[in-house]
Amino acid sequence: MEVCNRKMNLWANGPSPGELYSFPGSTSCVGVGPVKTTLNPMVTGTSVLGVKFNGGVMIAADMLGSYGSLARFRSISRLMKVNDCTILGASGDYADYQYLKQVIEQMVIDEELLGDGHHYSPKAMHSWLTRVMYNRRTRMNPLWNTVVLGGFYNGESFLGYVDKLGVAYESPSIATGFGAYLAQPLMREVMETKPDLSRDEARQLIERCLKVLYYRDARSYNKFEIATVTEGGVEIEGPFSSETNWDIAHMVSGFE
Amino acid sequence: MDDLLESDWTTEEVSTGTTIIAAVFDGGVVIGSDSRVSAGQAVVNRVLNKVCRLHDKIYCSISGSAADAQAVVDIVDYQMELHGIQMGQPPLVQAAATIVKDICYKYKEELVAHLLVAGWDHKYGGQVYGTLGGMMIKQQFAVGGSGSTYIYGFADSAFKPGMTKE
Repeated sequence: MEVCNRKMNLWANGPSPGELYSFPGSTSCVGVGPVKTTLNPMVTGTSVLGVKFNGGVMIAADMLGSYGSLARFRSISRLMKVNDCTILGASGDYADYQYLKQVIEQMVIDEELLGDGHHYSPKAMHSWLTRVMYNRRTRMNPLWNTVVLGGFYNGESFLGYVDKLGVAYESPSIATGFGAYLAQPLMREVMETKPDLSRDEARQLIERCLKVLYYRDARSYNKFEIATVTEGGVEIEGPFSSETNWDIAHMVSGFE
Repeated sequence: MDDLLESDWTTEEVSTGTTIIAAVFDGGVVIGSDSRVSAGQAVVNRVLNKVCRLHDKIYCSISGSAADAQAVVDIVDYQMELHGIQMGQPPLVQAAATIVKDICYKYKEELVAHLLVAGWDHKYGGQVYGTLGGMMIKQQFAVGGSGSTYIYGFADSAFKPGMTKE
């Protein structure tokens, strides 16, 4: 392996003609020059769930920061209040989320200082975030997060998703990470028959999904927060725990 | 044959195969660490001080690559001294932790170091901050380093908030 201390000529991090090019991301290459891109998330959060209801949006996430398979930090908040009409939850790398949180908080402060009565709408925030995430991925230095953005603006609920590739969409129910496989079908089943949930029904649905995720996601934790945004503003409640039922343990048979 | 045998540790990165721990007690913080530096399997330094001063009442304990961690400590030490003089009063532990976190986050891919920042300030008393992976998280107690895996369970069960120095 050559040690590349020379300036990259054609484009940053690109191959020089005639040279062996090793793509950033091959972790076995020690000494092929500094790698300036986020390759591996370190401390990560698992699923974030979001559901629209009649009069607002609810987002939930557990309070665990995993270090690989180690349940390292068991009291971290992955939900944040952006402003009085927007909330945000992130899964993925926690350091990147903290960075994002810092940037967004500063943006919101700067906007308050303008004093024109305008605040970032959830759609605006979502659009901005999509651009940022896409731009970072194009520079091969992503913010390794999947973000769920919820809000209530002008009488309308908003629920959006942005991930580290810049993929973005809106949906009445959203789940990231493992939740996409386990919780999303549960949420869709309820919402397809009854698209207009009440706040309590949404809460029940979320808690049911969180319980299932705790049962079946190996990187989850039984301590979570729920953030709700309505006409009246933002409320982040927590920490809560799911009531778990292990009765079926007795029914296991076959090897004693 | 001999070449194969001896080249192993000469090319290994020098790292601290470490256990570091910091805990808040009633009145301040306690920080501790081991003192071994290894390059692969060889122990190259058995008396390294892994508890480094960032300011009079703010220390950090280092783990990961010895060089990386010491480089970060050097930078933070300088910045903290400057900050303390500018503020005219002892700096907050949070300030030290933030500087460490900023460096570790910005150079996340190049550095392999985990620093536990702990200290006492007049505003918030004793505090411990973990900066794993470029995040900053305030904790009642923290463990770090490759040896810390063995004491997670013990630390979890033995720690209670509001303990005395003993």
